Parts: sequence; structure tokens; C-alpha cells
Amino acid sequence: MEAEEMELFGIWSSPYVLRVIWALNIKKIKYKYIEEDLNNKSNLLLHYNPVYKKVPVLVYKGKPICESMIIVEFIEETWKNDSIFPKDPYEKAKARFLAKFVEDKLSPPMWRFFTTKGKDQEEAYESFTDYLAILERELEGKEFFGGENIGFVDILLGCMSYVVPIYEEITDFEIITKEKFPLLHAWMQAFLSSDIVRDNLPPRDELLYRYRKIREAFLSKDN
Amino acid sequence: MGEGELKLLGTWGSPFAIRVRIVLNQKEVKYEYFEEDLTNKSELLLKYNPIHKKIPVLVHNGRSVCESLVILQYIDEAWSKSGSSVIPTDPYERAMARFWAAYIDDKVIQALLGILKATTEEEKTYKISETMSVMELLEEAFEKCSKGKTFFGGDTIGFLDVTLGSYLTWLKAAEKLSELILLDETKFPKLVEWTEQFLSTDCVKEIMPEVEKAEEFITKTLKPRWAAASSK
Repeated sequence: MEAEEMELFGIWSSPYVLRVIWALNIKKIKYKYIEEDLNNKSNLLLHYNPVYKKVPVLVYKGKPICESMIIVEFIEETWKNDSIFPKDPYEKAKARFLAKFVEDKLSPPMWRFFTTKGKDQEEAYESFTDYLAILERELEGKEFFGGENIGFVDILLGCMSYVVPIYEEITDFEIITKEKFPLLHAWMQAFLSSDIVRDNLPPRDELLYRYRKIREAFLSKDN
Repeated sequence: MGEGELKLLGTWGSPFAIRVRIVLNQKEVKYEYFEEDLTNKSELLLKYNPIHKKIPVLVHNGRSVCESLVILQYIDEAWSKSGSSVIPTDPYERAMARFWAAYIDDKVIQALLGILKATTEEEKTYKISETMSVMELLEEAFEKCSKGKTFFGGDTIGFLDVTLGSYLTWLKAAEKLSELILLDETKFPKLVEWTEQFLSTDCVKEIMPEVEKAEEFITKTLKPRWAAASSK
């Protein structure tokens, strides 16, 4: 397949875009990457994603697919090599359920934790720590959520592997340590050092700067 | 794959449970149904959905599947030989179905609740116009997905039909209680036609609750609950 058949619209810092990149890497698919400026969205982006006007958008043979989870499932169902999902319907359902859990339950309090302080921040911290415990249990006996290889849940959760250390540095909280969540801690290292992820991460310094600015902006809004 | 013991925990009015029941009906799959009281959750519910403690929960041979859209896809895969496919088979069409299902679940409840909970005329008007925008998009989505056929899923009811269709009782209840027409056939002719076809299909008719029951529930249970919550 020529790279021109597959285009990915994204921004360098988006964890949602990275999910798609990791999935494309697992399947060894060539693609053309287009960096968007979200303050000045291209006509192509608005044409391909008129409902949400967001990245990532994957365009395959001229047809757009939006929403990162949906894009990853599309990639899995179109290319049969190197499976991202288990074959068994029940295990597949479990993977989809956990993915939704990460999106709906885990992400909001983590974001709230990062963008607040004081009591709000502490409450958010308690919330997501409970949810991290659920994920810790899911990793029992496995290196990745997908088993021996990176799978759907690993891809969905993956950005946590590089964002959590950044949150820890900026907020001075301990979130995922070897003592509190040994399996998740090990998972983070394994994920970050894997072939498909290692060379496909946003530059740490720029991300650190960006996240600091985000936290400052949220905290100054409350004053 | 599809044999064995099957249970479904749900409530009569939940769109999420309704859609699962319609699909099980359509595939002629037998199951034991448990009506849950969400103010007094059963041991079964707490056991099979410990994380969210919500319905619907499908329990197949003792293993639970939660989240309605996950359940629908599971049923399709586990009972692939029974009846027609719930979700399209083409990967691009599947992506479209998943996209619009997520959109529907994100927007429709919020839209209906917005109208029912509005305390001023101004707020109500705003919420109605928001709902109209959602319906415009769904009218377009119907055109694209149905490709001239009766349902979003084509000749037979599919993923998007049950996802959107499961809200119809509540949509009609909101129309009556708020004295407005949302399913306006001059604005959304295809959706209105689809509504009639959907509601008259056998596997749907047996499951969809009566609009009067929904109206009563909103008036006698939900509205007082909302009023109590906002006065705190």
C-alpha cells in the first residue's frame, strides 16, 4: 500500500493521535502525517470531521474515520496481521469494556487532579487511585493488558506511561510507584521501551513545558 | 459458542437495556430477564458489574459483559449464525456505525434531559434548538447509512437502529410533556418514517415501553427528584 492511501491528521502533543500512530505501527502500515494547527484548522480537517472538528482523523482511500478508539478498531478490522484484539468474543468484550472504563472513569479524575489544587485535587486523586487499583488487578500474570503483546487496552491507556511521570514532576504527587502499583509501574516501563512506542513519543521537554502552562492557566482561572 | 445459560439484568425503561433486548429478540435468543430496582441493587448486579453497578449486564455461562454497545457487539460475535448481523460487516461501515452510536449516546439523553429540566422559557428554547441540531445531523446520518433502505442497518434493524430507537419512548414522552414536536416530518422526513418502521417491527414492539408509563415516571419520580436535588 502506498503511504498516500493513508493520511493521519494530528497534533504532536495529542495522546489520542498517538494511539492511532501506535496502532499503525503495530500493523506496519505506511501513512502520511499532517500536522494541524488547532487555532487555525485546515479546510481538509473541517471537511473530514465536520461533527467534532478534532484530531485524530484517519483518511483511508479518501474516506475519513474519526475518534481514536474507533480508528484503532477500524485498523484492526481492515488489516489482519499482528492482532490488537483477542480472538475470543468474551475476551474482546472485556478489552472493549476496559477501554471504555479508561475513557469514561479514569481519565476525567486524572485531568481534574492535574488542573485543580487543594480539596478538589485530593478528591480527584482518591478517585483515580481507586480506578488504578482496578487496572492493577487486570494486569495480574501479564506483562501487557493484551497478554504477551501490546493490545487495545494498552494502546488506549498508553499515554499514561509518559504523562503520569510529567504529572508527578509538576504536582509533586506520587501516582504510580513500584510500591503502590508494582504491576502498573512495570507495565509503564515495558510499554515505553517497546518497539512501536519507543521512537513515537512527543519530546519530553516540550511536553513538560506545555503541561506546566496548562496547569498554570487552569489554576489562575480559579483565582 | 452461543449456547448455554443466558441472563440479562435490566430495567423496563433503560434505553441501554431496551436495545440489548431488541437484539436478543431479533436473533431469537432465549434468556432469563431480571428487572432491577436501581434504588435497591440486587446481589446479582453487584456481583456481575462491581465496577459500575449499572445495567444492562449480560451474563453468559456465568461470565458478565457490561456496557450496552459492548454487549451488542458481543451478541453479534457469539451468535453470529443466528439472524442477521447487528453491526455491519464492512470495516468502514462498522466505523461509521460506532461513530454515530457514540454520538447518539453522547447527545440524545443530554438533549432530552435539557428540555425536561429547563426552568425558564429561554433555557427551554435553547435546549430545543440544540436538540434540533442533533436531529439534523441524525437525518443526514440516516441518509448516508441506510443507502435508500428502510433502516440505518439496511433492510433489517441494526446497531444504529437499536441505539437511537431505544430512546424513542422517552423522546415521545418529552414531546408530550413539553408540548412540542421534535419528530417533525417537515424537518426530518426520513427520521420520522424510520421511527414508524422501527416501532412497528415485531422484535421491537414487544420490548418498547408505553409512552404513558414513561410520562408518568418523569412526572411522578424524575421531576420531584430533580427539584429536590436543585433545592439542596
